[in-house]
Amino acid sequence: MTASTPIETTSARDAQLHPVGRRIMHWVNALAILVMIGSGWRIYNYYPALPWHFGFPYYLTLGGDFTVTEAINNEDGLANALAWHFAAMWVLVLNFLAYLIVGVVSGHFRRDFLPVSPGAFARDFFAALRGRLGHQLGEYNAVQKVFYWGVLAAILVTILSGLSIWKPVQLKELTWLFGGYEFARVVHFFGMAAIVGFLVVHLALTALVPKTLVAMVFGRVSAPPHPKKGVLR
Amino acid sequence: MTRLILDRKATVAGIERRLFLRQSLSLGVLSMLTGCDISDQDDVQSVLKLMSRWNDRAQAFLFRREALAPTYGESDVVRDFRYNAFFPAADAPKLSAADYRLELSGLIEDKRPWSVERLYTLPQQSQITRHVCVEGWSMIGKWSGPRLGDFLKRVGADLSAKYVGFQCADGYYGSIDMPSAVHPQTIMAVKFADEILPVKYGYPFKVRIPTKLGFKNPKWVTTIFVTNRMPGGFWEDRGYNWFSGS
Repeated sequence: MTASTPIETTSARDAQLHPVGRRIMHWVNALAILVMIGSGWRIYNYYPALPWHFGFPYYLTLGGDFTVTEAINNEDGLANALAWHFAAMWVLVLNFLAYLIVGVVSGHFRRDFLPVSPGAFARDFFAALRGRLGHQLGEYNAVQKVFYWGVLAAILVTILSGLSIWKPVQLKELTWLFGGYEFARVVHFFGMAAIVGFLVVHLALTALVPKTLVAMVFGRVSAPPHPKKGVLR
Repeated sequence: MTRLILDRKATVAGIERRLFLRQSLSLGVLSMLTGCDISDQDDVQSVLKLMSRWNDRAQAFLFRREALAPTYGESDVVRDFRYNAFFPAADAPKLSAADYRLELSGLIEDKRPWSVERLYTLPQQSQITRHVCVEGWSMIGKWSGPRLGDFLKRVGADLSAKYVGFQCADGYYGSIDMPSAVHPQTIMAVKFADEILPVKYGYPFKVRIPTKLGFKNPKWVTTIFVTNRMPGGFWEDRGYNWFSGS
């Protein structure tokens, strides 16, 4: 891929923007994260980890209708939220591990998320603020690279602090690392908040550049519905 | 070249719009599904229950006999410990030492009931550990009493059995796995903060298991039994995870 053949380059890239494995992992992750956040918000409501008292609106939480769970389980909905949380955690963790392994082995991280420098980040960040940062499919600018690294770190911290809340005895060294049981809950909360923050920006940018969504669903944006009509093939 | 790209862009834009609409539609359906209704469906409930059984096994696998719950100093002990039950403290069962007998049943050789005085004659162990509630709150307390493992050996319980079950004076019931029952920190707490266990904390004793969540620590225990058939528990039968280890 050289600069002398720009169209072939674009075409080749478009042809396989997101390999099928990555797309599956992306959507599995999306679903797992939604379930974890929804059930986690309800769990949080039962005993907020933060000193200032606020709760998440009930209709945004996952774990069944209070009256129905009361009727089926004689329980007001925490058990259900916990069941969701501890079921989806396996999906989230296994999928995340698979993604990390594939990302390293396939060179996806090295190729697409690196290199990234503070200078490049500052340049692209201010360009983005002025609305002068273009988007090219298949090529990430420094702000995107930093965001992806950031959300990967946030997911990792949230998983690890979650494990230390789940197993403060069997994994007590990990819990100690997060400042003890009570503080691990606070870390877990802010890890979630960082992921939600990423999600808001991620969804807003997807709405601005909808073809990224097409690429994440079908793997490419250049493939026409009828192959015959395809250009440059 | 430029023209070709532009042509393609127009086609792509057309596809995009349709796909985006379709995608938004399915996202909407998805968000509706993740609302309150999905949890209450029978098949969803059975999948969640299956995952909970799986989590029981995973936690039993993670459990290590030699892994001790962290212990704290005297100054960390909360004196005004939270009262917690599904009824107000005034309704807590008031058992009298004169009438109380701890019944034993199931796979136990010596099933003679135990009086409170006799329980007090067993060697006691003190611990300052963190009580973690399934709701998320936690408190550090000091509990003392004989080890449940020593007691089970003493009465000739079958330690190769799978479960140890409890019945309580308030109608509460629960059960734990044998490895947790014989864990060195699992005690029959007859004292809280060096004083005879008050009524509201479970007199005459509460099974204190610092390797499990709070609701796995039954109070006002009247019967201990050993079995190979999963006895379930009060909150477990209401959808909470059975193993609930820490």
